[in-house]
Amino acid sequence: MKKEIKKILISVEDKTIIEGVAEFEKIFKEKIKNKELEKSVKLSRTGTFGVNTKGISIVIYPGGVLYSDLKIHDIDKILNQHILKGIPVQELMPEPISERLSEHGFNPEEAKNENRIVLSNVGKINPESIDEYITSGGYNAVKAIAEEGLEPKDIIDIIKESGLRGRGGAGFPTGLKWEITAKESSDEKYIICNADEGEPGTSKDRLILEGDPHRIIEGMIIAGYAVGAEKGYVYIRGEYKISVERVVKAIKDAYKKELLGKDILGTGFTFDIELKKGAGAYVCGEETALIESIEGKRGNPRIKPPYPGEKGLHNKPTVVNNVETLANIAPIIVNGSKWFHSFGTEDCPGTKVFTLVGDIKYPGIIELPMGVTLREIVFGFGGGIKADRGLKAIHLGGSSGAVFDKSFLDVPLDFDSVKKQGGLLGSGSVLVIDNETDMRNYLENVLLFFKHESCGQCIPCRIGTARLYDLVKKLDKNGQNDVIISNMEHLTDVMFKSSLCPLGQSLIYPVKSIFKNFGNEFK
Amino acid sequence: MNVDKILKRYNSDRENLIQALHDIQDNTEGNYLRTGDLKKAADYFHMSLSEINGVVEFYSMFSKKPRGKYIIRVCQSPPCYIKGAFNVLGELKNLLGIDLNDTTKDKLFTLETTSCLGACDEAPVMSVNNIIYGKLNTEKIKNIIKHYREEKRGK
Repeated sequence: MKKEIKKILISVEDKTIIEGVAEFEKIFKEKIKNKELEKSVKLSRTGTFGVNTKGISIVIYPGGVLYSDLKIHDIDKILNQHILKGIPVQELMPEPISERLSEHGFNPEEAKNENRIVLSNVGKINPESIDEYITSGGYNAVKAIAEEGLEPKDIIDIIKESGLRGRGGAGFPTGLKWEITAKESSDEKYIICNADEGEPGTSKDRLILEGDPHRIIEGMIIAGYAVGAEKGYVYIRGEYKISVERVVKAIKDAYKKELLGKDILGTGFTFDIELKKGAGAYVCGEETALIESIEGKRGNPRIKPPYPGEKGLHNKPTVVNNVETLANIAPIIVNGSKWFHSFGTEDCPGTKVFTLVGDIKYPGIIELPMGVTLREIVFGFGGGIKADRGLKAIHLGGSSGAVFDKSFLDVPLDFDSVKKQGGLLGSGSVLVIDNETDMRNYLENVLLFFKHESCGQCIPCRIGTARLYDLVKKLDKNGQNDVIISNMEHLTDVMFKSSLCPLGQSLIYPVKSIFKNFGNEFK
Repeated sequence: MNVDKILKRYNSDRENLIQALHDIQDNTEGNYLRTGDLKKAADYFHMSLSEINGVVEFYSMFSKKPRGKYIIRVCQSPPCYIKGAFNVLGELKNLLGIDLNDTTKDKLFTLETTSCLGACDEAPVMSVNNIIYGKLNTEKIKNIIKHYREEKRGK
């Protein structure tokens, strides 16, 4: 009888690199060799397992058994027990999510499930192998264009019907964005993938790029075909070393398979992709600042309108889409818009990739249907507050979002519901703050961030961020804070109305929400 | 490496400026951009020196001052802040005997701060030449610095 080959996937990303995964992988390989298991065990790399695991983690197929928080001395146990005898090593398995849910009073049967659309390959395939991407159904959306003869208009209709909204934070309908650019007549058009992830507390774009880079390339090809663009750019922040390396390799491999370049799969459609590295500027996540940066200039946002859809890169019609948005495209084309509507809410179909960070037991990324509540995310999937301290606050959507207290826990998370509560879903960052943190100090740190990152082009933001930082330092526990607080709130109103871009405009969210929800700390 | 050689890897479209600047800086001893090299880059991309300075000074990854072999960048954004990022900075200042944005006398380390590095689940974090280190505490920081000091001595 032929022995079944066991596949061990080892998660290689910042989280595991920090814990020493390189050494772990090396020793694992040596031990496989020493035990003469090379023919029956295949070890390869994969992306993140999200909140499912902690520290160095692996998954073994068949069976998909997860092992978490591994140390080098655990390797022998895994090889002797699981690989040789076929008995899973119970004590190395992470606490299953169903247990975390029931521990916090949720019925695992009724709770929302992790639905992996965007992350379906992350933690399952080797991101450096185009063949593994193709085997798992990758580039089927591009093939569908070639084989079923889908016209650009058909693609735009599918995306419009799907109700997909931009996952960078603004929630603008993607199909509509594409249609605007498709209707422009121009000799050149561009597709830009915005991978300048800089919103504090967010790592989902990095983990998507590291875990499944071809998905982004496929999304860009389809976007290019739909709007009539022949050139695409992936703009990745300069600090994301592994993302850059994996995307460079993915682009190269896609050219080799003729999925990029001239006459892709005989469709007559030409599409090229180039990678551009940022050089450290939060504001470049704003689409027009990003365009300026690609053009080799300072990343100063432009005055809108005109929007990039009409006049973008080199003043040509340009679609700028976030990484997560583009990662949704291929599954929608393959499975249809109706399928997409089976996830999430009516106005916000699909899923959202949340980044769970701060004082939480299981930090990491998790993909859940739109409309999930913070209570489910934090106390269910995230396992609750670290060290069993009390929950004080949640900073939702990144530093530019609002800070909520416990009373917000049951609000459904989608673009519109969060907005109604005076906040932003933003990047989907969920920063959990326990009751050890002083909110004045926290606000000071948030304002320091914006003061540092204001590009200085427009006066309300340049001076406003500096003044807010000066003012927050004047707040004290015994003083007359009311005047300072009202001055700060007024200043954020002015900045909201008069700043050129969302950087200055959005300060109204953290500042006002902290004073509103944690006012007792400023008395 | 010769700057003219680096520049020739790129066509002279301004679109390539930032990529070329990364390349020049990475290949310059002291991890910085020399005025002479910026003049050459300005000529190559058909810009004035002041315009190219404007670009260089906008981005936090570029420096016009010579820096150490290893650039330590400590994250100061809110997720790292609540996990004690300011202690990390203080420890490093003490350990290296330098202030923020300074370089050690042996030209080994430069201490900088950075905004969110997107590795918040390991907060507090810092990067050394873009390699991320997380869950930092006194012990870990000491070991990391020791590791780089030994690497310098060719161990």
